[in-house]
Amino acid sequence: MEEIASLMQGFGVALTPYNLALMFIGIVLGVIIGVLPGLGGANGVAILLPLTFTMPPTSAIIMLSCIYWGALFGGAITSILFNIPGEPWSVATTFDGHPMARKGNADEALTAAFTSSFVGAFVAVVVITFLAPIIARFALKFGPAEFFSVFFLTFASFVGMGRGSASKTIAAMALGFALAAVGMDGVTGQLRMTFGYDQLLGGFDFLIAVIGLFGIGEILSSMEDGLKFHGSEAKLRLSVVLTTWKKLLAYWKTSIRSCIIGCWMGITPGGATPASFMSYGIAKRMSPRGDNFGKGEIEGVVAPETAAHAAGTSALLPMLTLGIPGSPTAAVLLGGLLIWGLQPGPLLFVEQKEFVWGLIASMYLGNIVGLIVVLTCVPMFAAILRIPFSIIAPVILVICAIGAYTVNNNMFDVWMMLVFGVIGYVFNKLQYPLAPLVLAIVLGDKAEEAFRQSMLLSQGSLSIFWANPLVASIMSLGLVMVLWPLASAIKTRFGQARSAPAA
Amino acid sequence: MHEQGDASDERSLVSNRTMEIVVALLLLAVSAIIISDSLRLGIGWAEGEGPRAGYFPFYIAVVLGSASISILVKAVLAKSEGLSESFVSRTSFGRVLTVLIPAIGYVGAVQFIGFYAASAGFLVLFMIFVGGESVLRSICVALGVPIFFFFMFEKWFLVPLPKGPIEALLGY
Repeated sequence: MEEIASLMQGFGVALTPYNLALMFIGIVLGVIIGVLPGLGGANGVAILLPLTFTMPPTSAIIMLSCIYWGALFGGAITSILFNIPGEPWSVATTFDGHPMARKGNADEALTAAFTSSFVGAFVAVVVITFLAPIIARFALKFGPAEFFSVFFLTFASFVGMGRGSASKTIAAMALGFALAAVGMDGVTGQLRMTFGYDQLLGGFDFLIAVIGLFGIGEILSSMEDGLKFHGSEAKLRLSVVLTTWKKLLAYWKTSIRSCIIGCWMGITPGGATPASFMSYGIAKRMSPRGDNFGKGEIEGVVAPETAAHAAGTSALLPMLTLGIPGSPTAAVLLGGLLIWGLQPGPLLFVEQKEFVWGLIASMYLGNIVGLIVVLTCVPMFAAILRIPFSIIAPVILVICAIGAYTVNNNMFDVWMMLVFGVIGYVFNKLQYPLAPLVLAIVLGDKAEEAFRQSMLLSQGSLSIFWANPLVASIMSLGLVMVLWPLASAIKTRFGQARSAPAA
Repeated sequence: MHEQGDASDERSLVSNRTMEIVVALLLLAVSAIIISDSLRLGIGWAEGEGPRAGYFPFYIAVVLGSASISILVKAVLAKSEGLSESFVSRTSFGRVLTVLIPAIGYVGAVQFIGFYAASAGFLVLFMIFVGGESVLRSICVALGVPIFFFFMFEKWFLVPLPKGPIEALLGY
């Protein structure tokens, strides 16, 4: 078991007092970020990224990934206590979590949510530990055509597994690719779509897009109803924690199923949000108490939380092994790797063993630290939400502006952040998905490069994408994903046509 | 921040259908811009170099264009309930503007008087006039937050932010 030995070395790297302190700070910051409206995992990490430039890369990623775990935990607190999903993936948690809190079982709901999150994340980390080295070894043999096919599958999954309109997913994605193409072309050195503006030479930085789309966009949406908080008091008593844990054992089937859904959706970039909805839906259908879902059923908290955390965690697997992030937050972490001078991808497992295994070990530790922190500090975090929105909103705006500025020390970026904020607000209301847009901005250049290199190899023939069984099967799977919404649309229409004469 | 439940206040400013059409047309325009620039760069095959610089953006723009046409057609023709619903009401849009306009002013101010002074000014004005917080509370937050960030960025993390005349007076 080579992996176990590497993991133990990783624990050696992660278990220094300095790194443990960073882990703790990261988790606390992350929970706060997850609790506050307008700050989430993706833009929270994006804003704090510039502060880590001077740290050693391993410590930096430990802190940033812990912010991510913290944000995942934090989302549950607001959903249950205030019926406000702090993060999109915790929307499904409000369905049963908030009714439980209203019935006076907030502590039980919180314990269930935190514990399920922990279980989901833990399983996903185990999956990463054993699967990542295998995938990385396998991916070392990848050529440009194989990489392009993986990119293709990544984006095709958004179309196939998205919950909204397929045209909107495709439009958002294409817009992201177009934004990524702006600036100097890496192959020919020609300027593309800059129209004589010097500021556009470097293209659009996706960190700015993340801060604008998710941060400013959410503040604008929240302002619409002049957000008011009225939540219940939260205290967690140890006795309740223990009795809830005993209860949770009965839902082991739901947990396992949700872990599988979560890991699958995280690795193929469906992401945490659809994973949580899918898991909730399936649990509702399978549970003997399915009719009670939505009225405060503990299983309705377990299912989405487990899946969301499993997905959020396993989204780091393709990021580490292939350099292809499975979620916007993973994309931001990937941006961090590049800034620290590490090239994400299969070679990372060969050349930066200490970094990779330090990170994986920190995922185990970070989630344990996280569970302890959230179980003990819930009242403190809930108190943050009693600060009026009229104070929180401008402070978050200031934080976003500073974050946008520090990415490249550039005022133009701060203006762009506001523009992206307006785009985010409008797109959100019209249900254009933001995750594919962000991932396309991040991956656009790499996908294009892989495509052009493949074309060079094949002298312009698309047959290179069906040249060997591996690339052919990934491409075909991608095509199935793209055509899925079309097929199901035809099926519904056909179904209607058949039932029409009968009616 | 209690709004009167007056019917005229909740009047819709713009319907979802209109917004769908506007956004689809904007995306279509973006697609047209990219296509024209890609044609300038060349979308064909350069001997020995592979696809030209405009090749990839061109096809992306074609995809973007077709997707926006499909959204446009659906928005114009479809009769679904959601489309005739309100995108935003006048009151809600007013609230959105009460953040957006000060935010634009704030970013503009940063360029002249630096991050810290602009943040303090933005915070105090926003909290008093938009948020309706008490003056004392507003001033405390408006001074505390920039001072905290000053130490965090300039001292601990050594990430300098733009500074203006006020910081210069204090010797930075």
